[in-house]
Amino acid sequence: MNIIQNLPILVVIVPLIASFCMPIIGLFRRRYCFYLTLITNFLILIFAMLLLNYVINQGEIHYYLGNWEPPYGIEYVIDHLSAFMIILISFIAFIMTIYSKEDVENELPTNAPLFYTLFMLLTASLLGIVSTGDLFNLYVFLEIASLSAYTLVAVGKKKDALIGSFNYLIMGTLGACFILIGIGFLYLVTGSLNMADIALRLPSLYSSHVVHAAAIFFVVGLSIKIALFPLHVWLPDAHAHAPSTISVFLSGLVLKVGAYAMIRVLFDIFTVEFFVNTLPIAEVLSWMAAIAIIAGSINAIAQKDIKRMLAYSSVSQMGYIALGIGLANTPGIMGSLLHILNHAFMKGCLFSAAGAIIHKYKIRNVHQFKGLGKKMPYTMAAFSIAAISMVGAPPFGAFFSKLFLALGAIESGKWIFALIILISSLLNAAYFFSILERAYFTKLHDEEIEEAPISMVLPTFILAMGCIAFGVFMFILEPFLRDIATSLL
Amino acid sequence: MKMDIISIKPILAVLVSLMAAILIVVFRDYRNIREFWTISASIIKFTIISSMLPCILTGNTLYYELFSVLPNISVAFRVDALGILFGILASFLWILTSIYSIGYMRSLDEHSQTRYYAFFALALSSATGIAFSANLLTLFIFYETLTLSTYPLVVHKETPKARSAGRRYLIYTLSGSVILLFAIILSYSIAGTLDFVNGGFLSKSTSITNLQILFAMFIIGFGVKSAFMPLHSWLPSAMIAPTPVSALLHAVAVVKAGIFGVIRVIYFVFGSELLLDMGLGMALAYFVSFTIIVASLFALVQDNLKRRLAYSTISQLSYIALGVALSNPNGLMGGVLHFVYHAFMKITLFFCAGAIYVVTHKENISELNGIGRKMPITMSMFFIAVLGMCGFPPTCGFISKWYLLLGSAEANQLLLIIVLIVSTLLNIAYFFPIVLRAFFKKPAKQNGIEEAPPLMLIPIIITALISVLLGIWPDAPYSFFHIVRLMEGYI
Repeated sequence: MNIIQNLPILVVIVPLIASFCMPIIGLFRRRYCFYLTLITNFLILIFAMLLLNYVINQGEIHYYLGNWEPPYGIEYVIDHLSAFMIILISFIAFIMTIYSKEDVENELPTNAPLFYTLFMLLTASLLGIVSTGDLFNLYVFLEIASLSAYTLVAVGKKKDALIGSFNYLIMGTLGACFILIGIGFLYLVTGSLNMADIALRLPSLYSSHVVHAAAIFFVVGLSIKIALFPLHVWLPDAHAHAPSTISVFLSGLVLKVGAYAMIRVLFDIFTVEFFVNTLPIAEVLSWMAAIAIIAGSINAIAQKDIKRMLAYSSVSQMGYIALGIGLANTPGIMGSLLHILNHAFMKGCLFSAAGAIIHKYKIRNVHQFKGLGKKMPYTMAAFSIAAISMVGAPPFGAFFSKLFLALGAIESGKWIFALIILISSLLNAAYFFSILERAYFTKLHDEEIEEAPISMVLPTFILAMGCIAFGVFMFILEPFLRDIATSLL
Repeated sequence: MKMDIISIKPILAVLVSLMAAILIVVFRDYRNIREFWTISASIIKFTIISSMLPCILTGNTLYYELFSVLPNISVAFRVDALGILFGILASFLWILTSIYSIGYMRSLDEHSQTRYYAFFALALSSATGIAFSANLLTLFIFYETLTLSTYPLVVHKETPKARSAGRRYLIYTLSGSVILLFAIILSYSIAGTLDFVNGGFLSKSTSITNLQILFAMFIIGFGVKSAFMPLHSWLPSAMIAPTPVSALLHAVAVVKAGIFGVIRVIYFVFGSELLLDMGLGMALAYFVSFTIIVASLFALVQDNLKRRLAYSTISQLSYIALGVALSNPNGLMGGVLHFVYHAFMKITLFFCAGAIYVVTHKENISELNGIGRKMPITMSMFFIAVLGMCGFPPTCGFISKWYLLLGSAEANQLLLIIVLIVSTLLNIAYFFPIVLRAFFKKPAKQNGIEEAPPLMLIPIIITALISVLLGIWPDAPYSFFHIVRLMEGYI
């Protein structure tokens, strides 16, 4: 059997094994944990590239765990969407591993093995969520991801982190319960847990109230996971108090994987026909998303702590992604997917830049950012690129995702959403330009360049380059995203 | 027969200054090499753009498509008569402004000069991109980058006042962009294309009310940069920027990008016929004539020289809009000629203001008593430009104003003629006192002649002389007049 055919499971199992090895290695040499993580994540990145290449050229890969054929056994399916998510996760994970070295030494010097154990566990479970074709398996990985995320938030030095983590735990568990109930209901009526199989059996049951209830449980549960307003209350504390590496992970990947799960459940299991026409889920979702976009941005403007500001901005940005899902047409989905990619890079870059600033100058309050542009030219350059991209200015990446979303809104005849998307750009501009203004256009007397360590600046810069590249080379991405969107609809 | 010739030149023209921006940052520690890149980029850019001129003058257009974003939307460049007019204007004046900038920035020993030159080059890239855009999306992309690259130039001084000017600039322009982008998306959903077509791509098949709202959104979107009242107030406050920025960007590149957008919308998105049918052309003409008068009144009471010039710019920009909104050959001719001529005259005035500031550190008109005796050359050039602004022959301002009056007469709009005449009187009322004060009032103390450094003086003389030359020999070979002639087909 071809090695490529085994990659779907390897991509999950390798980080899982690495995670179990971590505490043992940590017993001997703490810093070896970092190198093991680095090597593992590099390996996964290569796997991801091979997978993407194979999927684009040869089509989907189906892997049966233990050779049990579905619907009896667990199936792993790598299609375009999965491959897209896998490459995103593995790339950010690899980049952030480099970043984590200084961050971990600074923020949790004694807990490095614990940190890397959880870090690998989180990576493994995120990869598991996007590769599996089995609904219950997806739930299991979702829970592993959440549990490791709760712990990673709490691993920080401060008490606030514990409170943040506890809130996250409560809300996250509620969400997980809802999802589990949804799965249970679906199993009840279809007798299957394989996604493709359920999708096959569902259409005849669309009038069943159990199916309706299942759909609603799924949507609410996943809305908590993606912090859709007003179910976002756990997010700001959790993201703000986590170690910077983890903030990037939570904002950039954990939320995105929740959005992925939502796309999978709504489009592949329930189909557009069901959630647009049978139940008004799409309608409700898009309105909630629209409120999230505005409310998140307004909250972000009011923040002084840089990481809280970025966290609220994530609430708003997840609104864009949810809006695209709710629009349920080709440009809308393309916008969502593109924004998953763009936001992962932008917010990743912003959080890692914020982390570098906190690492170097111990300042979190944006009012103290005066003159930073001259003190940390490279970090702030990366920050500016990502911030301007967040505002949605061309030719950066987010301009195109917002453009697609707006076109999707117009296509479905809801121009009000297009207007909300555009106006929210102004709100984004309000808080990002106030930072840039302070950082660059304030005169300071001591303007010595003192950069953060290269292992933090380089990853930040690579993420910033991504923000530019996804805008300038959008035309390469576009056919790929269009393929995914048409296959979903 | 008109042809679309595939050519990479438009992209090169955009990329030249982008590359220059990178080189400027790389060579930030060697100021002579850094300035060398600015100057050579401006010369190369002008050469590339003018090398396209012969081809355009034969009625052809140059086209290059970079890539497509969506079905029927691509990032593409097309150089036509209007585009090359703006391109040549901006790139030629960039050469002079670069030379002037070196004199200005070094005389004042300004800080952050690398940032200044780099963003200046980026702004020029964006302006060229706007000039050569083949569709609304491409135009919008460069329109936004122009906004963002000008922001650091506005806040260059880094004082609280500069920061608040910058904030105001962003609030106005970004809000304008939001409305503009919304209008663009709506047009795409209506027409399924965004490519500029002579005669417009929108048709009457859409309901009139929708088209009217759409047009209003376009005008508001582009109107911010064109400084139509009441969307103008960012421009006077942006005068806190270094004078070369005010000269090239806030009298030519940025504000004219707005007007350029208005022209594109009138003739290439809606088409003059559709607009006249809906009565929107005249509505726009009357809307801007309000700006013409009121901005001149505002200018009367400004004591800060640059602010007075800014209000004059606001008023003059609306002349251009008035001409093109009339949608008749003479009006269009007058508007587009004023687009060019105003640039030469206003840049001269700003250059003079900068020279005065460098020599005397004075910004207010009330302090300029007798400055004409101290800086005779500068103030003579200032006087020539003032004559042009007021529309006196033999300067070029007379010619464009003449065509504007002809156009208004042709459209049977007596009221617009009155507006133009009254505003000319107002121009005299706010410009002549400066000249009189400079030459005839006794200064506090007489120090003898002290002119600005030659790097500043030479550009001033060149622009002033060109303003006269364009007035006495408007149809010289390869002059703007011939390019404008090509635009008669737009109507």
